[in-house]
Amino acid sequence: MLNLSINGKRHALDLDPQTPLLWAIRDHVGLTGTKYSCGIAQCGSCTVYLDGAPVRACITPVSDAVGKEVTTIEGLATPAGQAVQAAWRELEVVQCGYCQSGQIMSAASLLQRNRKPTDADIDQAMQGNLCRCATYARIRRAIKVAADKLAGGAS
Amino acid sequence: MKTDHIVNISRRRFIAGSAASIAGLTLGIIPTVAAEQREAGPGIAGQAPETAGDFSPNAFLRIDGDGIVTVISKHLEMGQGTYTGLATLVAEELEADWEMVRVEGAPADAARYNNLFWGKAQGTGGSTAIANSWEQMRRAGAAARQMLIQAAAKQWQVAAGEITVKSGVLSHAPSGRQAGFGELAALAAQQPVPESVELKDPKSFTLIGQRIPRKDSLEKINGQAIFTQDVTLPGMLTAVVLHPPRLGATVSKIDPKGAMAVKGVREVIEIPSGVAVVADDFWQAKLGRDALSVTWDESKAFAKSSEQILDDYRQLAQKPGVAARTEGSAATAMASADDTIEAEYSVPFLSHSAMEPMNCVVRIDKERCEVWNGEQMQTSDQHQIAGLLGLEPHQVHINMLYAGGSFGRRANPAADYLLETVHIAKALKPGTPLKMVWTREDDTHGGYYRPIYLHRMRAALNDQGGPHVWQQRIVGQSILKGTPFESVMVKDGVDMTSVEGAANLPYEIEHLQVDLHSPELPVPVLWWRSVGSTHTAFAVESFIDELAVKAGQDPLAYRRKLLRNHPRHLGVLNLAAEKAGWGEPMGRNRGQGIAVHESFNSYVAQVAEVSVRRNVISVDRVVIAVDCGVAINPDVIEAQMEGGMGFGLSAALYSELTFREGRIEQSNFQDYRILRIDQMPEVEVHIVASAEPPTGVGEPATPVIAPAVANAVYAATGKRLRQLPLRLG
Repeated sequence: MLNLSINGKRHALDLDPQTPLLWAIRDHVGLTGTKYSCGIAQCGSCTVYLDGAPVRACITPVSDAVGKEVTTIEGLATPAGQAVQAAWRELEVVQCGYCQSGQIMSAASLLQRNRKPTDADIDQAMQGNLCRCATYARIRRAIKVAADKLAGGAS
Repeated sequence: MKTDHIVNISRRRFIAGSAASIAGLTLGIIPTVAAEQREAGPGIAGQAPETAGDFSPNAFLRIDGDGIVTVISKHLEMGQGTYTGLATLVAEELEADWEMVRVEGAPADAARYNNLFWGKAQGTGGSTAIANSWEQMRRAGAAARQMLIQAAAKQWQVAAGEITVKSGVLSHAPSGRQAGFGELAALAAQQPVPESVELKDPKSFTLIGQRIPRKDSLEKINGQAIFTQDVTLPGMLTAVVLHPPRLGATVSKIDPKGAMAVKGVREVIEIPSGVAVVADDFWQAKLGRDALSVTWDESKAFAKSSEQILDDYRQLAQKPGVAARTEGSAATAMASADDTIEAEYSVPFLSHSAMEPMNCVVRIDKERCEVWNGEQMQTSDQHQIAGLLGLEPHQVHINMLYAGGSFGRRANPAADYLLETVHIAKALKPGTPLKMVWTREDDTHGGYYRPIYLHRMRAALNDQGGPHVWQQRIVGQSILKGTPFESVMVKDGVDMTSVEGAANLPYEIEHLQVDLHSPELPVPVLWWRSVGSTHTAFAVESFIDELAVKAGQDPLAYRRKLLRNHPRHLGVLNLAAEKAGWGEPMGRNRGQGIAVHESFNSYVAQVAEVSVRRNVISVDRVVIAVDCGVAINPDVIEAQMEGGMGFGLSAALYSELTFREGRIEQSNFQDYRILRIDQMPEVEVHIVASAEPPTGVGEPATPVIAPAVANAVYAATGKRLRQLPLRLG
């Protein structure tokens, strides 16, 4: 049995420890906001946090998450996360939406580390997250809007 | 114009004495198709089907006692904003409060939910969702508004003409009475359906033309939106399929022992498209497939390479093809011309590579098959599945879920991945829900690609430098041949999707000839966002630039002269040029390129600014102008222009699927490259104000960027790139 804590809730899973965390979350915990798209850490759709740090769940063995706090899109409640989600709605970033959980997790993580990212910072932090609808121009703008929201909230 | 018959569906249910909780207003616009001609059964999947000729509980809108307006979308939401657009049309005429509007996907039922541009078939594609629904959805909203007014008039005992409706509230000014939609819904359902409805004067639109919020945003940012990949049903099994290593290879021996030894694996099943491994969850199925041993007979397998295919096409292009357009006498004029120019353009196979790889969920019961899918072609898929199972099409119930992108891939007349799923489910115990999942590699190798195309272009210039002869010979596989669309869209041997964007060349040229070769290959091909324009726009808009250069004229001015009688082309061309600052000095290793193209009756021009350093092309800025008639939602239009351009930029600069001795050389995003955020240019969109009926925006931005960039690369470097993806050095 593997004991996991996901979004603050405990789950005991009877799984091969090598099973990717992505499939543990999706098929066994039943949280489907974290998406499968490439399976080899090329697209970022499966981005979740382990103890607050972003990882690609498709290549992370579920055993790596034991003893750590897993955060998925369903449990994203940090100020940075909320600012990002609000900016995403304000700028209407989403199109098909399939990659957006991962985009939001990566963007919120960037703002957690860097409250005033430049274009270059955004490119570097977000270039591992693919969007086939190419919502990139809005993602870039929304991250800046979220940064402003956070700065406003802090002042 | 075709008259539709509006029926009050809720009335029947209401009169039947159902519980008050379902009392509400449901309106259906029933096309004038006799009941016995209807192809599909009604009902939200899960409800018992009603008998033919009966009215169904579903239509285009429903208002419940809480005042929630549910718009039923007959079209798939795959990112293009259809749910928002269709709901806007209904809500505008209904005078609904946008906050109270929800959207639901329609069931498969061509009698009620057909695409009006597709005859009797239901489906989404060709950038037609808004265009075909423009009147239909507004009339649905207007009829409901009239019935709400009648209900209020009755309840308040006042004249209907004195009642006004605004933002979900009915008011009677003289008496000061007010009521919300919810309060009047039950009574409205008992009112006679208006014989005719009057649509609003566009001047009084309050939602159309506004940047109102998308209806699918919230659930797509909080992880709650349900895609096919997310469907979970009690007792559901998951399958992955081992496909042949090359097209045409067949199974000669299966050894299932390794796969069956994997925990959770239930079955190994041979199906026509390969060998399926069925397990309790995805990862077990995938491990099972890894452990499966299959020997393939490749003696009859496809063995060609992409270079060979292009060489064959090059040979073919020496000979005349089937005429797609003839003006004047191009061959004679060309033979006597002295100032001629010739060029060859080519494009590779492309995979759609939506972020959600293809997948499908089905459950087969005795006389019923239920499907969960990002469903793009209901009627065709119903027929395909019914044919395989020996059912009637109406016994195939399809739940249309959000699609995580499609770009044409989920609209396959061959219903490939759906039938694959049904083949597996058919072998399981009846009633077992099955999810079939393609991995990214399966998706890349799964066929139904944008075909390889080669264009041979020839022109001759007159004394003023303008072209007086233009010959375009197109070589590439037909998408429609062998499909049910062939009879309608292949005319005199010309597949319209092979020549669109070329045969309807807007430039006025005296001697004009476009002809086509449609060679056959075993590689399955399909439409890919903007279809024929993906290659015709590249060839045409690059070549016209070459002619301008040869004539020593500015590419913008050159186009303007040839488009004098095409105001909508000119409108977007001039707007994009003006906003981009066409002709301003760009500096060393930088250049501007322009292109204009009409597809799906929408007009798009783009100006690209590029930098070239050490043979790497960066696109710094793109200015887009679009004319798509009435702009329903400017923000959604801008989003489609930005994203459609970005989608085209992937193909312009990075994406390429190549065969080597029959094997596909790419497998996942590390080698089938698509645009990343650091490669996305700064982009601005300008919309031409128009009162013309609205046309589509999902596709028309895509084909314009490749020629705009190629032309900009020429301006920056003096090198003319004629093959996609564009590569220097």
